[in-house]
Amino acid sequence: MTVPLATEGLTAGYGARDVITEITHAFTAGRVTALLGENGAGKSTLLKALAGVVPARRGTVRLGGRPLSVIPRREAARALGYLPQGFEPLFPILARDLVLLGRTPWRTAFGAPSARDRASVDAALSEMDAGMLAETDLGAMSGGERQRILLARVLAGEPEVLLLDEPAANLDPRHRFLVIDAMRRRAEAGGAVVFSTHELDVASQGADDAVLLSGGRVLAAGPIADTLTEPLLSALFGVSACVTPGAGGRPLVSIGPTRAR
Amino acid sequence: MNPRRPAWVWGVVLLGALLAALLASLLLGSVSLAPHDVLRALLGRGDAGTVSIVRELRLPRALLAVLVGGALALSGAALQALLGNPLADPYLLGVSGGAACGTLVGSLLGLGASAGARAGIFDALALPFAAFLGALAAVLVVGIGASAGGRLDRGRLLLSGVVVNALASAILLFLLSFGDPSRTQTFVFWMLGSLAGATPGAVAALSVYAALSLALLLPLARAFDALTLGEETAATLGIRVETAKRTAYVAASLLAAAAVAYAGIIGFVGLLVPHAVRRVTRSHRALLLLSFLGGAVLLVVSDVVARSLFAPAEISVGAITALLGAPAFLFLLRARP
Repeated sequence: MTVPLATEGLTAGYGARDVITEITHAFTAGRVTALLGENGAGKSTLLKALAGVVPARRGTVRLGGRPLSVIPRREAARALGYLPQGFEPLFPILARDLVLLGRTPWRTAFGAPSARDRASVDAALSEMDAGMLAETDLGAMSGGERQRILLARVLAGEPEVLLLDEPAANLDPRHRFLVIDAMRRRAEAGGAVVFSTHELDVASQGADDAVLLSGGRVLAAGPIADTLTEPLLSALFGVSACVTPGAGGRPLVSIGPTRAR
Repeated sequence: MNPRRPAWVWGVVLLGALLAALLASLLLGSVSLAPHDVLRALLGRGDAGTVSIVRELRLPRALLAVLVGGALALSGAALQALLGNPLADPYLLGVSGGAACGTLVGSLLGLGASAGARAGIFDALALPFAAFLGALAAVLVVGIGASAGGRLDRGRLLLSGVVVNALASAILLFLLSFGDPSRTQTFVFWMLGSLAGATPGAVAALSVYAALSLALLLPLARAFDALTLGEETAATLGIRVETAKRTAYVAASLLAAAAVAYAGIIGFVGLLVPHAVRRVTRSHRALLLLSFLGGAVLLVVSDVVARSLFAPAEISVGAITALLGAPAFLFLLRARP
């Protein structure tokens, strides 16, 4: 099994604070991995470190076996697609123009978009059910519509590895499945997908594996059948979790009120 | 205005407008000239008086207006992209305050005063040079204040620019209170903004700065596009974010410093023009080029108005750009989609 992305003893943070500590994990090809944890557990920081946005303080991120820090930035940009959490457009921008920015690593400094660029943009927009929003300004969209455009921007770059920070945020149920399907499709095509979420149903229906983060460290990692369990979820979130077998062997998780840990 | 109309159409429109404005600026003034006399004078024929007016006064002045207007608008467009802030203008990062201090100190030291007549003040290269030095010193201080751990911080850049401008105002007030009033007069004249100091030398110097800055900024257009997504996302798209920010900072500051040195403080061009151009294009390559052209048109037109409205008296061109610019800006804000 090829490992497009892996971390070894990865520690990263901001200012004086280490947010993630000693994370060692291999994200294998063909798998979708959900990052779960409380607010501030280090999900976003791990995704940023994997994307090379936050530098590793100790340890390494390896992309295709090589340390990310030695890979030319353009090559890394083609391989990694990163969706940050939340985005406010600074200037008016049409959805199609924004999605085209996802093609940046493939384009030259000058020159119009190639036929391939335009085809990728159209494909990404229609995959996110956003073709009819192509000529709309981002400022005139709802939160969920905007989220689909931002996702289309990542997909348009056709990266091998997807790093998505809360991709299902603000989405209605139908579009949430659209995003799950898009992630599964990338994994089935041999890519690796890593995403963070607070919605356990998105994790149980979209992910093959889960990494449970607590206080910046890995509490548990592995296939969802072994990680989305009542004891682990109760320990992670401090709630009572009820897990029952669901369709296709995927666990069904329901959450009860807070109880003492 | 249809944003999907190709940018080159607007380029052609602005080029046409620029040629018309240039023609008007050669024809109109305290003495109105006939088109065929102007054409002959440009080729060095006709009576000596007309040749002198056209070739020594109006042509350098029109060309200086093109370059100063273009430089200010280009600088504003680059700074707005760099700071991710639509309110950024070329004077935000300390350029105006620094240049004003440089000019006032120069005036107090008697630079430029030896030229005598008011029209000759700007002929002396010493004052523009003092302004330029002052602007660069301020830009350097702002840049140092905004650097954190080898990175240029966008938020800090804005704040330290505001602070340095405030410090410069304090120094100005201090010097104005104690300085010799007869010598501060040249400073006040400069402060208002004027193209009266146009010389072939000024035109040549600004051409070099403008060409250099365009050569630095145009290859960054793709980076500016990506930066609209934020610095982190731009980095994941393969953009050298720090290099792009530094280059934009240096180029925008050089442009503004050079423009201010030769023409004083002319407001609104650097703020209004990029805003207006953003209405017709969202690509930064087109934005940079169209801003240069738009700034040139606006300043040439403003200068014609400044020279001919109450001819032979001349109004400060800075007053005209603000009088035209402020209502136009409000209109743009109201018409925002």
